[in-house]
Amino acid sequence: MEGFKLTKTQLLQQELFRKFAENEIKPIAKEMDEKEEYSMELVQKLQKCHMFGIPYSKEYGGAGADVLTYTLAMEEVSKVDASTGITLSVHTSLCCPCINEFGTEEQKQRFLRPLVDGTKVGCFGLTEANAGTDAAGVQTTADKDENGDYIINGQKMFTTNSGFADTFIVFALTDKSLGPKGMSAFILDREMEGLSVSENIERMGIRAASNCAVTYENVRVPKDRLLGKEGQGYKIAMTALGGGRIGIGAQSVGIAQGAINEVLKYVKERKQFGKTINKFQNTQFKLAEMQTKVDAARLMVWRAATAKDNHENYAPLAAMCKLFASEVANEVTRGCVQLMGGYGYCREYPVERAMRDAKITEIYEGTSEAMKMIISGSMKV
Amino acid sequence: MKIVVCIKQVPDTTEVKLDPKTNTLIRDGVPSIINPDDKAGIEAALQLKEQTGGTVTVVCMGPPQADVALREALAMGCDDAILLSDRAFGGSDTFATATIIAAGLKTLDFDVIITGRQAIDGDTAQVGPQIAEQLHIPQVSYAEDIKVDGKALIVKRQFEDRYHMIKVQTPCLITALSELAKPRYMTVSGIVDAYEKEVKVLGFEDLKNNFDPANIGLKGSPTNVYKSFTKQAKGAGTVLNVTADEAVQAIMDKLVEKHII
Repeated sequence: MEGFKLTKTQLLQQELFRKFAENEIKPIAKEMDEKEEYSMELVQKLQKCHMFGIPYSKEYGGAGADVLTYTLAMEEVSKVDASTGITLSVHTSLCCPCINEFGTEEQKQRFLRPLVDGTKVGCFGLTEANAGTDAAGVQTTADKDENGDYIINGQKMFTTNSGFADTFIVFALTDKSLGPKGMSAFILDREMEGLSVSENIERMGIRAASNCAVTYENVRVPKDRLLGKEGQGYKIAMTALGGGRIGIGAQSVGIAQGAINEVLKYVKERKQFGKTINKFQNTQFKLAEMQTKVDAARLMVWRAATAKDNHENYAPLAAMCKLFASEVANEVTRGCVQLMGGYGYCREYPVERAMRDAKITEIYEGTSEAMKMIISGSMKV
Repeated sequence: MKIVVCIKQVPDTTEVKLDPKTNTLIRDGVPSIINPDDKAGIEAALQLKEQTGGTVTVVCMGPPQADVALREALAMGCDDAILLSDRAFGGSDTFATATIIAAGLKTLDFDVIITGRQAIDGDTAQVGPQIAEQLHIPQVSYAEDIKVDGKALIVKRQFEDRYHMIKVQTPCLITALSELAKPRYMTVSGIVDAYEKEVKVLGFEDLKNNFDPANIGLKGSPTNVYKSFTKQAKGAGTVLNVTADEAVQAIMDKLVEKHII
């Protein structure tokens, strides 16, 4: 991005994402939501277009694009289906960064390559029943055995993608006495004995996404699957989440813009009081206000993504874009349902789903309240 | 196999409107796309390459903005791209266009040239066959399917009420129907690569020895647009509430009366 404009490369990428979303995702989004099941065929199509490895180096099989391009993908897919947004996001900006930024060369070749070249899907297990925003409260343990391998025991909640993921990044305590400083990160495979995944948890929105509880019962993890050093787990998790928020910001922008796009079509057709409702100033002003907020949110997302691409301190910018964009997504989708009246409330139209999907953006990958803690911290309040 | 695909960048006619005063296309704000038949040609070429090995070179004549169409073709998997672009090429009709493209193709080594059947902004279906004539190579138009048979190709050619299976020796030219192949998506990595590659630009100076300058551009075009107009809306038709046999007879009578049959 230069001077608030996308480069030629980014524009062509955006066109790819837009066409892919319109042709491959939009036609099945409603059905996936109703069935509460993500399409594995769609996962393969996304992988074929290299959308599971966008901001990763070609050296490891990634697409070699930048973080900004990744946000374009997040926005375009989330315009038609926020569940696809979170599926991509957890893989791309929570699971993969742990290995990309903290893995050894050998770990990158062995574990990152299949994730970013479109062979495997990843997930990220930090949250537990009693450790949400208070991530330092993780109770899952990793005890060393006589060979130096680790035995993991515990249960993780809300692990997105876990229903079908191949690779699991899991955070567990290697030293309970140290609290968060005793937390370590491990790379697990789905096939490992003792790892079991629950049914999909029933949720309000992003219902097509896979989101399950994962139980680890005496799972033996070879020592070469420890990421970084023992005790670095909390830092690894926070680093991944810091970048992940840019993706959620972009997802929020997509949800909001997608709803506005639907309403724009509707208000030109719907007649009340003898004219189409786009002729009413209330409709015009509401849409103007909503689009202005979405544009502002998008620029904040692009700013945070550009800072990350430039290796600048992006953490507060990412928190700000996530805080603002997620609130805009909720306000805008609510406004879109209101403009469409009774039909907006019907499941026939996608704004109903957008409004349900929007809520989670204020909660996951750090609640709005947690974002305010980060932002005020950076301001040295 | 060395394959060359000729493509055209066209306005997306699903979104295009005519200016009612001038009867010309309103191009402002209309997205440009690769002509659909040509895109099927790109896909067919990539599939042939996957079967037999070799290279796919994509060629486009157009203004500098056509660069993005070539980048898209590269991002789908084509190996090289050439843009034929010069102010002197402007205003060319199908004959002059084919003259310029043929001149460009003379700079290349090829076994097969694939063009789209026709472009959605002109619908002439003339440029592909004219290129083949100018290069003195055999051509098969309206291709629905292409199979490799040694050094030859077996092409299924759509015809009015049947199809033809035609064996053609290479080098040859084939014009592709959009049914020939469903174009693949670009890939994210393909787009990154596409913008790292060089699109070779050939202009008048590069090609002047390969054509007669009198045969290109507006002046070299034997056809000129005399008038363009929007079709008038037709009046309401006649509705016949009769039996099927009577309706057939009535329609036949009308067609005979109007000397249509």
